[in-house]
Amino acid sequence: MHRFANPTRFLKLADAVLPWAAVTAAVTLGTGLVWGLGFAPPDYQQGDTVRIMFIHVPAAMMAMGVYVGMAIASATALIWRHMVADLIAKASAPVGAVFCFICLLTGSLWGKPMWGTWWVWDARLTSVLILFFIYLGYMALWQAFEDQAKAARAAAILALVGAVNIPIIKFSVEWWNTLHQPASLITMKGPTIHSSMLWPLLLMIIGFAAYYLTVLVYRVRAEIHLRRSRQIRLEAADRHAAMQAAE
Amino acid sequence: MIEFLHMGGYAPYIWTSYGIALLLMAGLLVQSVRQARAATRESEALKALRPRRRRQRQGSDDE
Amino acid sequence: MVAVFLSVMRRDLLLARRQGGASLLAIAFFVLVVSLFPLGVGPAPETLERIAAGVIWVAALLSVLISLDRLFQADLEDGSLDQLALLPVPLPVVVLGKVAAHWLTTGLPVILTAPLLGLLMQLQPDGYLTMLLAMALGTPILSLIGAVGAALTVGVRRGGVLLTLIATPFYIPVLIFGVGAVEASVTGFPPDAHLLLLAAMLCGALVMAPIAAAAALKLALD
Repeated sequence: MHRFANPTRFLKLADAVLPWAAVTAAVTLGTGLVWGLGFAPPDYQQGDTVRIMFIHVPAAMMAMGVYVGMAIASATALIWRHMVADLIAKASAPVGAVFCFICLLTGSLWGKPMWGTWWVWDARLTSVLILFFIYLGYMALWQAFEDQAKAARAAAILALVGAVNIPIIKFSVEWWNTLHQPASLITMKGPTIHSSMLWPLLLMIIGFAAYYLTVLVYRVRAEIHLRRSRQIRLEAADRHAAMQAAE
Repeated sequence: MIEFLHMGGYAPYIWTSYGIALLLMAGLLVQSVRQARAATRESEALKALRPRRRRQRQGSDDE
Repeated sequence: MVAVFLSVMRRDLLLARRQGGASLLAIAFFVLVVSLFPLGVGPAPETLERIAAGVIWVAALLSVLISLDRLFQADLEDGSLDQLALLPVPLPVVVLGKVAAHWLTTGLPVILTAPLLGLLMQLQPDGYLTMLLAMALGTPILSLIGAVGAALTVGVRRGGVLLTLIATPFYIPVLIFGVGAVEASVTGFPPDAHLLLLAAMLCGALVMAPIAAAAALKLALD
């Protein structure tokens, strides 16, 4: 891990990972989409709307997973002053926010035909909405500071504080009577979905994760280069100021 | 084919879900790639413009 | 450590009293916001009593929120924050002292004013005691969470808006259970579960918030 605190080395790793992630994403998403939309059977209760699950569930898992990744990266950055971890967290946030939004949107579009309402303030939906707001606040905090080193530390603190929301989201359907259905994928007894729907779902989950890695590589690359540019400019400004002072 | 698009009557919900999700994800990917390319170009350009530094100077984080 | 906590709290209370108006401002804002609702939705008692708990809680939340950006700002500007950080006690203790003062000048007046506003909003008689209890548990949570937001945004331009954006997601559960408790009482059910959850959140916030806020303040002082 510490080896990759060096941005140049990290970029090399990222460049190596990128083709694998991109190809995996393309293949699994492509296959999963075709399978889920075309070949998976309609649900006996929900009909074709169950196909929304193939987008909604992966998006939900990634919205939470990305946040957990951000929290871990933030902790790493804070504890070990890891030079790349804070950029990984920063780069992940917009992706997680997009996943979160997609989760909320597709959930709403699934809820309208199934539950009869676009939105309900139950524990699961409310806590995911809170997660979305936390993502926004996190991104806003990065933008608020001139000094990017300070921004990184402040954002890291916020990411860690917000992490309490994740277990709440996960267990909300168990702790409260919610309209949202309980877990059927990661339960004590194993998945309770039928295999004809389970496989395309797993493909989509892998696809979403691979997509996240792909986008992450590009975004971290951008962040590292942006930071370099900033440093070069600051050095130039310092040199300029020193020269002026010497005159 | 028509039945496929019809999705048992739920077409608007399903296609809007898939459509917006894919649109957002594609858009994010494109924006990320563009941003990465622009940032790389800029930092390489700035690096090239920098005056030569003596070897002994404390390197920046990537040297 | 307790001595330092008390002296930090006392200092802030003294400053608040000298500068004047902090508590009055919070109360005035609280009353004004709540008063807007009968004017906006009409004075029909049935409507008002249905939204009473929610309106009062939201107004209380906003009243605490608007007073937060001053929490560390003044001390940062005049250099006393540096001095406080140099005290031989952990910074979280100092933060706790300031938060205690903040609650005494903002949260407590809000709690005391709430029953009056309950009358304005036609709150059912069963709800008043629970309202007081829930707010007694909830408003310190609001001050604590708000302190983390204030510490993160101290010295930042337009920090107040950012503070709102950061703090509000964490305020939502307090709001939900605070209102839930009052609604439960009003409809004849015991509010125990809601109050216990609020108490649990308060315990969590008491532990986490000062540490997080102190870490954020050290950033601002670097």
